[in-house]
Amino acid sequence: MKKIAISFNQNTWIFFILFMSINLGLIQNTKCQDKSDNKSREITLPNGFSSIVVADSLGQGRHIIINSNGDIYVSLLRLKNKCGIVALRDTNNDGKADIIKYFGTFSGTGIGIYNGYLYFGADTIIVRYKLRPGELLPAPEYQVIAKGFYINYQHAAKSITFDKEDHLYVNVGAPSNACQIPDRTLHTPGNDPCPLLEDFGGIWRFDANKTNQDQLKDGYRYSTGLRNCVALRWNPLADHLYAVQHGRDQLHEFWPEYYTEDDGVNLPAEEFFLLKEGADFGWPYCYFDDHQDKKLLAPEYGGNGKTEGRCIEKEKPILAFPAHYAPNDLLFYTGEQFPIQYKGGAFIAFHGSWNRAPQEQKGYNIVFVPFNGDKPYGKWSVFADGFAGVDKIKSPRDAKARPCGLAQGPDGSLYIVEDTKGKIWKITYH
Amino acid sequence: MIKPAITTMILVLLFSPKNEYLKSNNDFQINRQKIIQKPEINDEGKELFIKYCLSCHQADGSGVPGMYPPLQKSDWVNGDKTRLIKILLNGLQGEIEVNGEIYSQFMPKQNNLTDHEIANLLTFVRQNFGNSSSEINEKEVSDTREKNPKSELKKLKY
Repeated sequence: MKKIAISFNQNTWIFFILFMSINLGLIQNTKCQDKSDNKSREITLPNGFSSIVVADSLGQGRHIIINSNGDIYVSLLRLKNKCGIVALRDTNNDGKADIIKYFGTFSGTGIGIYNGYLYFGADTIIVRYKLRPGELLPAPEYQVIAKGFYINYQHAAKSITFDKEDHLYVNVGAPSNACQIPDRTLHTPGNDPCPLLEDFGGIWRFDANKTNQDQLKDGYRYSTGLRNCVALRWNPLADHLYAVQHGRDQLHEFWPEYYTEDDGVNLPAEEFFLLKEGADFGWPYCYFDDHQDKKLLAPEYGGNGKTEGRCIEKEKPILAFPAHYAPNDLLFYTGEQFPIQYKGGAFIAFHGSWNRAPQEQKGYNIVFVPFNGDKPYGKWSVFADGFAGVDKIKSPRDAKARPCGLAQGPDGSLYIVEDTKGKIWKITYH
Repeated sequence: MIKPAITTMILVLLFSPKNEYLKSNNDFQINRQKIIQKPEINDEGKELFIKYCLSCHQADGSGVPGMYPPLQKSDWVNGDKTRLIKILLNGLQGEIEVNGEIYSQFMPKQNNLTDHEIANLLTFVRQNFGNSSSEINEKEVSDTREKNPKSELKKLKY
C-alpha cells in the first residue's frame, strides 16, 4: 500500500482554519442562523394605514388618553417605579416619545381628560389631577372624586368615560362569574335575586366636578345587569353611552351535561351594548347565544342551553362578538384623517381569550365596526392584527402583546396600548 | 494545493467539535414538548387537572398573565405541602407573588374533592409542568383538612 504523506504546509493551515471557522459558526452560514420567535413582527393593518412604535416597555399599560396638545397618558395595571401613570411627549413630531415620565400613587385602568383635569380610575377610588398649560406632568396633588368601591378580586377595573353634561360614568364590575356562591364551582345554583347587583354589576354615574362622592350614597346606578365592562365609552356623535361586556366563563366546566367543550369555547358571545338609563342587560340570569341569536337563561338559574325564561325581557346587544375575545376598550372615531367610512364607527380592542383552553385562544386584535347614527351598520372587520406575534396562541402567555387601550390623537391618529410590556403604536392613514 | 485541502477536510471531519449552539437549541425544543406532553391515560391526577384546573391555569400550566399564576416551577407548587393543600381546600383570595409577578384574582375552593382526589391532583401538578417534587399522599390531605376550619371569603370595603 502506498503511504500517504500528510504535510502541513501554509495552504493546509489556511484551509484548516477556514473549515474550522465555518464549523464553529464564526462565519455565518444559513444552517446556524437564529430561527427563534424573538424578532418583533409588525402588526398588520388595512391598505393605506401604517404604524409607528411610540414607546415600549413602559409597564403594564391599560388605557390611554391623548391631550389636545398631543401629550399621552397611560394607566398601569401595577405600579412601575412606584407610579401608576406614564406621561409621554413627542417633542420633534416624528411619532416617537422623547420625554417619558412616571407619576401617580395609584395603579389602575380608567383614565380620561375632562375640563382641564386628568382623571384616573384606580381599582377602589377615582381621583383627578389638575393639568397645567405647557407642562407634561399635572399638579401632583389629587382630588378624590369617587370612593367607597369594594376591593374586588376579579373584575376590579374601573374604566371611566364622560358625557357632555359633567357626568362621569364608571364600570363597577361584579366580583363574580355568574353569581354562584361559592363562585366558579360545579353545579352550584345562582343566588336569586343576585345580591351582587346592589353594589356591583353595572355602570355608576357621578358628578364629574364634585369631590368625595361615595359610590352607594352619592353615585347613581345608570345601567344594571352588566358583568364587567372594561370597554366603556360615551359616543360624542350619537350622544349615548356604549359598552362591550366580558361574557361569563366556564359553561362546560360547571354544567357539562348541557354544554360540551365546544359549547364552552364558543359561548357566550361578547355583547356590544347601547346603554340607556335604567336598562337591565340580564347578567347573571342571562347570556347571549349568537348562534341562536337569543338571550338565554343561564344554567345557574335553570337554563339548559335552550330556555329563554325571564331573559326575553332583558336588553339584547346591538352586536355580538365571538366568545371570550375579552373586549378591553372601545373608541368612537371622530377624526378627519381616516377615510370617511371610519367616522362615527367604533374600534374595539380585544385583549384576547384565556378560556378557550384547551383549544386555541383568539382575539388579541383591534376590530372596526362601521356605524350609521347610533347603531352598527354592515359587517365588522379586523382592523389591526398580529399583536400576539405567533400564529397560534395556545396559552395567553404565548402572546407577545395583548391590546388593551385605544385613544384618538388631535390629528386623528389612532393610538393602541398593550399590557404585556407596555408598547404603544400610533396608526396613521396616508 | 488539492492534497493539503483534502487532508484538511478529512482531519476537520474527524476532529471538529459539535456546534454547541445548535445542540442547545434542540434541547430547548424537546423540553417545551415535554411540558405540555400528556401523561398516561390512567392517571387520575391528569383527569382531575383537566376538569378542575386547566381552564384557568392552561394546558401547559403557564397560567394567565395578571390573572392566574403559573404552576410551572413555582414555589407555591413545589414548596410547603400544607400550604398547597390549603389552597385546594379553601381557595385563594388576595395578592400573592408567583415567580416574580403579582396575582390577585379569586381562586375557588375545591374542597368537594376527596382526600384521595386532592392527593392525586396535587401530585400530578408537582410532577409535571417542569416540576419534579415529591408526591402528596392521602393522609397529608386528610390531616390538613381536619386541622383547617372552613373560611369565609370576606367582602372588604376600601
